[in-house]
Amino acid sequence: MALLEVSDLRTHFFTREGVVHAVDGVSLTVEAGGTLGLVGESGCGKSVTALSIMRLLPTPPAEIVSGSIRFDGRDLTQLSERELEDVRGREIGMVFQDPMTALNPTLTIGTQIVEVLQRHLGLDRRAARRRAGELLEEVGIPRAHERLDDYPHRFSGGMRQRVGIAMAIACGPRLLIADEPTTALDVTVQAQVLDLLDDLRQERQMALLLITHNMGVVAESAHDVAVMYAGQIVEQAPAQELFSRPEHPYTEALLAALPDLDDPHARESRLAAIPGRPPDLIDPPAACRFAARCPYAELGDCCALEPPPLRELRPGHWVRSAHPASERHLARL
Amino acid sequence: MTPPLLAVTDLKVHFPIRRGFLLDRTVGHVKAVDGVSFEIEEGQTLGLVGESGSGKSTTAYAALQLIRPTAGSVRFLGHELTRLRPEELRRMRREIQIVFQDPYASLNPRMTVGRILAEPLRTHGIGNRRTRRASVARLLELVGLEASYTNRYPHEFSGGQRQRIGIARALALNPKLIVCDEPVSALDVSIQAQILNLLKDLQRDLGLTYLFIAHDLAVVRAMSNTIAVMHEGRIVEQGPAEQVYTQPQTDYTRALLAAVPVADPERMQRRKRERRLLQPALDGR
Repeated sequence: MALLEVSDLRTHFFTREGVVHAVDGVSLTVEAGGTLGLVGESGCGKSVTALSIMRLLPTPPAEIVSGSIRFDGRDLTQLSERELEDVRGREIGMVFQDPMTALNPTLTIGTQIVEVLQRHLGLDRRAARRRAGELLEEVGIPRAHERLDDYPHRFSGGMRQRVGIAMAIACGPRLLIADEPTTALDVTVQAQVLDLLDDLRQERQMALLLITHNMGVVAESAHDVAVMYAGQIVEQAPAQELFSRPEHPYTEALLAALPDLDDPHARESRLAAIPGRPPDLIDPPAACRFAARCPYAELGDCCALEPPPLRELRPGHWVRSAHPASERHLARL
Repeated sequence: MTPPLLAVTDLKVHFPIRRGFLLDRTVGHVKAVDGVSFEIEEGQTLGLVGESGSGKSTTAYAALQLIRPTAGSVRFLGHELTRLRPEELRRMRREIQIVFQDPYASLNPRMTVGRILAEPLRTHGIGNRRTRRASVARLLELVGLEASYTNRYPHEFSGGQRQRIGIARALALNPKLIVCDEPVSALDVSIQAQILNLLKDLQRDLGLTYLFIAHDLAVVRAMSNTIAVMHEGRIVEQGPAEQVYTQPQTDYTRALLAAVPVADPERMQRRKRERRLLQPALDGR
């Protein structure tokens, strides 16, 4: 059984302008000890998905209107706030994009990690402090034990993200959700932080839900990939398969729009831009959400009328489109 | 041979570190830019890459005299910019414009698009109200926006459209050189491709010269004829794009290239191995 199983999750925001269907039927699974990359562009709902799993969204305006989030057999949507407090940090850890805002600038990092250890594991101050030093060592901070008394601003961006990771793994969670953990970092530091996350996952046999807008980051770290568009998962597959045989027109377009680092003719050629932009999630089309931008939508008109279901084209390869790549030659006949 | 459009030689920008009660003692200098030289031929693009804090933007701003360089020479269209009087420099500025990173922060939210685009013309005393209105319509069309947008405010546009407005403003004075400072870093991939294509088209159609600053090495390769890699205030490697990317001469450039994640799991595994070997080149800093 999968460690995390989200099915048909819908998180809507009730605002004065209308109901924002930020997450609108998301299903995904994270296997124990594996890495699922959740990839999509801004506003597609990937962070809202993460915050829904952690139940960290304020109600109102946000509300999980339907669906279930099964973590290790329990449905997180049914837990009380008290029960959730024991899950968050203890069983599911979270790493945020910007470690400077995730850390309290007025407390030393030692104090902040110790707080987590005392709250969840009931360690006494001395034991917690010793453990905090070990955690900083584990995430690769030089002179770890001395640095416990430093404030967050004394650390560089990459080191600060390491501190954030140390806090997130302090109680040995079985799932780590990392929301754009390297977006604020330089590429060389990004590579180090991704390596660290992968090492920790293996050593601790922890699962990782890696949320990013960067296809390269996903290709580097994920075993499975889920592509999100306009509040829905449009494709999910093992990483190797997704990159070598993308099925959904959006996934194909997203990969084609990326400039290629190794293309000797990059300067002379034009990039394959995706025309238009994603639909407004206040009043999303009752059809395929990509139809308006899809180059294949006119081949059949079904997708303009009703939303295509998420279906399994090959074992483990799920697609939500009436025109997946492997079926297009059929349509033309 | 025609001289390059822009020639920067041994440019330095040193910021004093001041201490003491009145900050009156200078205890040292931060050498943000420390002896940078490069040239850009007319109609070409120089890509300036490097990590944050490497001095890319400071180099560009010092070349434009928006920051006073500590030393060095900047020759543009036959003039030595570092020695121009304010009035001459102002006239020169028509020829050099900037596209900024953040299309949300670089457009005045209280001005309509029409006023934003007419402002450079008004400031430089070009045309009258009627001709300026025509110019605004032409500029909007040039960047792929409808002329009817002229009465709208920046907040009514998406990030990509806002960046188009930023580009239109940079084109208003018919410049020869445009400094693009991380012009697509704030945009999503699909929109990024639209803006990069637009910049390519404009260069081809208007004969523009770009100084293209970015941290994304794949984006820079898509845009540039020549590349300069900056690290700690210096250019550590410079040459034709093809050469820098396929036969990097310094370990720093190699390490930087190996760190870029590419959307292909197989290639990624090779890059990871290479990256581990090159780690010492980065640890040395």
